[in-house]
Amino acid sequence: MAKRMELNEVEVWDGNMAAAQALRQADVDIVAAYPITPSTPIVQNYSKFLADGYVDGDFIMVESEHSAMSGCVAASAAGVRAATATSSQGFALMVEVLYQASGMRLPIVLTVVNRALAAPLNVNGDHSDMYLGRDAGWINLCSYNPQEAYDLTLMAFRIGEDLRVRLPVMVHQDGFLCSHTAQNVRPLQDEEAREFVGEFKPVNSMLDVANPVTHGVQTEEDWHFEHKARQHHDLMNSVPVIKEVFAEFKERTGREYDLVYKYKMDDADVAIVALGTTVESARVAADRMREQGIKAGVVSFRVLRPFPFNEIVEALGDVKAIAAMDRSAPGGTFGMLFNEISAALMAKGKHPVVLNYIYGLGGRDTTIQMLEEVYKQLDECAKAGEAKYPLQQFIGLRGPKLSFY
Amino acid sequence: MARDMKHIDVEEIKDLGWDELIPGAALFSFKEPVEDVVEVPMEERPYAPTNSHEWQVGDWRVEKPVFNRDLCIDCQFCWVFCPDISILSRDKKMIGVIYEHCKGCGICVEVCPTNPKSLLMFPEHMDNEEALKQWPQKEEKKKD
Repeated sequence: MAKRMELNEVEVWDGNMAAAQALRQADVDIVAAYPITPSTPIVQNYSKFLADGYVDGDFIMVESEHSAMSGCVAASAAGVRAATATSSQGFALMVEVLYQASGMRLPIVLTVVNRALAAPLNVNGDHSDMYLGRDAGWINLCSYNPQEAYDLTLMAFRIGEDLRVRLPVMVHQDGFLCSHTAQNVRPLQDEEAREFVGEFKPVNSMLDVANPVTHGVQTEEDWHFEHKARQHHDLMNSVPVIKEVFAEFKERTGREYDLVYKYKMDDADVAIVALGTTVESARVAADRMREQGIKAGVVSFRVLRPFPFNEIVEALGDVKAIAAMDRSAPGGTFGMLFNEISAALMAKGKHPVVLNYIYGLGGRDTTIQMLEEVYKQLDECAKAGEAKYPLQQFIGLRGPKLSFY
Repeated sequence: MARDMKHIDVEEIKDLGWDELIPGAALFSFKEPVEDVVEVPMEERPYAPTNSHEWQVGDWRVEKPVFNRDLCIDCQFCWVFCPDISILSRDKKMIGVIYEHCKGCGICVEVCPTNPKSLLMFPEHMDNEEALKQWPQKEEKKKD
């Protein structure tokens, strides 16, 4: 039996420690991991908890992230709770196995500390790893600070393991800006967290030797399509379960989560849509704009997959101009947020001005001032009723102004 | 609702809809729990319709191993080394090859220690009786 760790009502944890503590309290049976900056401290902290007797599970050191996720797939199929952490290049190396995990319907939890993808090599935060994995069939939860990284990691187990869902869950946090920034975190005590997460419920476990089962089967044109359809159906239908878990968590902690995050959107004319720590900077910028008479708001995805189609359109309400801010190199088109938000708005018959801003790549600082500048551009567009700027602009970039479309 | 894939009729499987499948494409071996499976002979195991035992899976073979009872010494090497379950042996007595499952890999022929071999590869289309007629003679040891 694992030792109980006495926690203060308020702990000072960075995002990595917050995620590591959530994994410890969730009684994960197998963590198979390979370290990579900036997520290394998650598994490093976890292995220290294990060595000190605070974890009743096993830590498997593997030779790559491909093997880390493979170890989690094996453990989960065998019938136990499995989790790991990664970033960037490690995430990229895991991608093949991410699709196996979701296709095999294994409720693994992956804490992702978002970092840029090479080349050029870069250890700092942006969202290119998150964007790389967004079609992998996982539930994607997004946090903006260490408290949320902790909360969402605990909730990820409940959501993914629910018998109506049985899908793997990623919890994203920004590299360094969240993962290495110590902040106040209000944790649950061990027994409260354990009670919330609950016992792992094996489904078609490989360790049930009297009922042998084959996992990881081959299907061709005869069955592949039906299985992918079932997987998509169950991912889309995880929404009520996500809402239930959010509601139960609120009852226990008072902390409220929803599919979409909104800040001062009730009367907003202009809105920034962003992910990660930029959400918190945008809140400050929005407040400053409001002092200048510009009704500014912020919208973000708490749940990126399944995509909250109705909720995102509803959150944007009747704003006149929107900045879709993508922190990932767009690779020859608009950024993902621009594409998905524009499509959702169009499908609902709404036609505000939507501008795409590419920002913060490789950990480039995104200042409050830059976000105020974005709001000012949006304000001009809102007043004119049309796009007064190119649809895609790179901001915070040295050299001549770069824009497209 | 997922269908009860342990007890479904084999003929019904091809008509299942996406909503009736087992999530994750897990396939069950047996209809009922089997304790200590190594003690239960193959013909007595309650194979589920999703077990490949119930299906013809040797149909892409181009060469087949033919068994010659007259030469076999029942050493069980072929039974041990077959990567499938295609060698039928009972009470340490070799009975023959299960062609429904044999993929024609030739490992049984490779490990057969008799002279001449008791298992040899022949073209898939040749009758086994014709193959037995063509069986080679014992190879003489080379004298130095």
